[in-house]
Amino acid sequence: MSEEKKSLIKKIKATGHMRKIMADYFYEMDRASKEGSPKIAWCTSVGPAELLLSLGFLVHYPENHGAMLGSTRTANDYIPVSNAIGYSPDICSYLTSDVGAFIKKETPLSRAYEGIDGVPKPDVLVYNTNQCRDVQDWFSWYSRELNVPAIGISTYRNIGEIKDYHLQVIVQQIKDMIPSLEKISGNKFDIDRFREVLALSKKCTEMWKKVLEVNMALPAPMSFFDGTIHMGPAVVLRGSPQAVEYYEVLLQELEERIANREGAVGDEKYRLYWEGMPIWGKLRSLAEFFIALRTAVIASTYCNSWIFDSFDPEDPFISMVRAYTEIFIVRDENYKEKYIEDMVRKFKIDGILFHDAKTCPNNSNNRYGMPERLEKKLNLPSLTINGDLNDLRCYSEEQAKTNIEAFIEQLEAK
Amino acid sequence: MNYFVGVDVGASTTKAIILDENKDILGYAVRHSGVDFKAAAERVFGESKKKAQRRIADSHAVVATGYGRRNVAFAHRIKTEISCHAKGSYLHFPHAHTLIDIGGQDSKIIRVDDSGKRTGFRMNRKCAAGTGAFLEEIANRLRIKIDKLNGLAEKSKRNIEIGSYCTVFTATEILTKIREGVEVPDLVRGIFGSVIKRALEMDPLEGNIVMTGGVVAYNPFLVKMFEEKIGREIFVPPFPQLTGALGAALYAMEIKEG
Repeated sequence: MSEEKKSLIKKIKATGHMRKIMADYFYEMDRASKEGSPKIAWCTSVGPAELLLSLGFLVHYPENHGAMLGSTRTANDYIPVSNAIGYSPDICSYLTSDVGAFIKKETPLSRAYEGIDGVPKPDVLVYNTNQCRDVQDWFSWYSRELNVPAIGISTYRNIGEIKDYHLQVIVQQIKDMIPSLEKISGNKFDIDRFREVLALSKKCTEMWKKVLEVNMALPAPMSFFDGTIHMGPAVVLRGSPQAVEYYEVLLQELEERIANREGAVGDEKYRLYWEGMPIWGKLRSLAEFFIALRTAVIASTYCNSWIFDSFDPEDPFISMVRAYTEIFIVRDENYKEKYIEDMVRKFKIDGILFHDAKTCPNNSNNRYGMPERLEKKLNLPSLTINGDLNDLRCYSEEQAKTNIEAFIEQLEAK
Repeated sequence: MNYFVGVDVGASTTKAIILDENKDILGYAVRHSGVDFKAAAERVFGESKKKAQRRIADSHAVVATGYGRRNVAFAHRIKTEISCHAKGSYLHFPHAHTLIDIGGQDSKIIRVDDSGKRTGFRMNRKCAAGTGAFLEEIANRLRIKIDKLNGLAEKSKRNIEIGSYCTVFTATEILTKIREGVEVPDLVRGIFGSVIKRALEMDPLEGNIVMTGGVVAYNPFLVKMFEEKIGREIFVPPFPQLTGALGAALYAMEIKEG
């Protein structure tokens, strides 16, 4: 039965290429960690990675590690360890699973990559609170534990129109970081190198956007669940030529699918938008479930979070700050609603699925009446499922699937 | 086809209903689901057939619903309990309405339009609050048989507010009230009030309201309390516990012969 089910998910051929560049990335970082050079910075996923790369740091992203703990379904071995030292089960389960794994000296990296026995040792921890406060608390734990400096950016949140003052204050914070980062890295800041990295990041983000936009086609060639895996290079390798090359390969394959009218869901009948975090431990199970329901989950806020339209190497500081400020999670409800409305139109969406992730309030957009407002405004049904990014104690499979099935029945009867 | 069967394998009870082509009920049965959903489904189907007192052999269509819908080997089709409740409810109340179904393990709010189409739904969140499981747990703590709750609540003379959301915290709150000398009937009325509050938190409950489910079937006083709370009449179909099975049987009528 499960063998039969496996064949339901159409394998993306470029996956092998992605695995190779991801493995190279992790091995390079492991080598640096063992040899003490180059220096390693830990960075939040939408933190100033380009600045760090330009200073010669290799960059580790704990959120990527958190997602690995989720997708390998090991997070629940570690969350209780953090709970026991005072980190509540109600806070970010990336934080609690990552810290718990560190305390237990375990990592999925060592299972995936022979010879890697731990996460890379940081020389500096750099956060950006644009997404949430939890990242600061997360990095502060490591700072205390490893006696490594945690420096960061405190930003505005829930903003509508972006004003110059929103940006200037962050530019100043970033500039203030540079002397410390120069000292730790041993390299002088070089604006031209910064421009180069930003140009590569821009190219990566443009390619990633093109990859996601293939799903405007009917049928959609890639599912949201595929997207959460294939965004790996956009998250951890942006600013590198490898990421750009990878998305060229992936895009070509997906364009071939479009030419052959080959959808991720064989006989696509309905198209859904996924709003909120993935449920990492259930990607495969949900992907198969939706395929069986002839429903393609084809667009999401989450995968779009690594599209940074504003990057401009001519004006690197302000444009990077603008890019990391204008992302969805930083914005107010009006902006978010308009954003989803545009996505619904662009991707010809039949319904919106909100994931209420128990431990991620900032990425759960159902909690202030948005589904109800959008249903009315767009005359489109929505469904909220309860779950979590990593903590599967918060997810009831039977209830979630019954809800999804009933939602599809509702679309059928429409 | 002459006979149409709906089987609703719920978390607590399994229900079957047999309709003829005029949508008249020929037979039905309700049993505890227990641990063997397949056996429970076969049993209620067998008992319904016996009650129907007609030979129901090849010429029938079966739709299964409920948590155990995939365990009903003899079903021709499955449908979620959400669709089936909407359909069953609309048969008796063919107008736009909001259905509140309070089942053993979950409670649902389903909105149906004037044509019988479902326009939206909500299920309770992960915990037992506001469901039959909540009433069972509290009855057990109070050492009261579940079928005595309604009679006790009717005898209550005063309103007791239960503040906790969580079933376990409610049990603790009840212990406190017992210590304070609150009478058992008042406590039972209080826990009925708690079930009502959970439903009110799920939807603004505009327009016509219909209530179904096992909790409603065995506790008509809860419906009365609900009516008092919202200040209008609530429609309850003749067999509230069988609404899902009825809807499934109505879906069975849509299965084309051959």
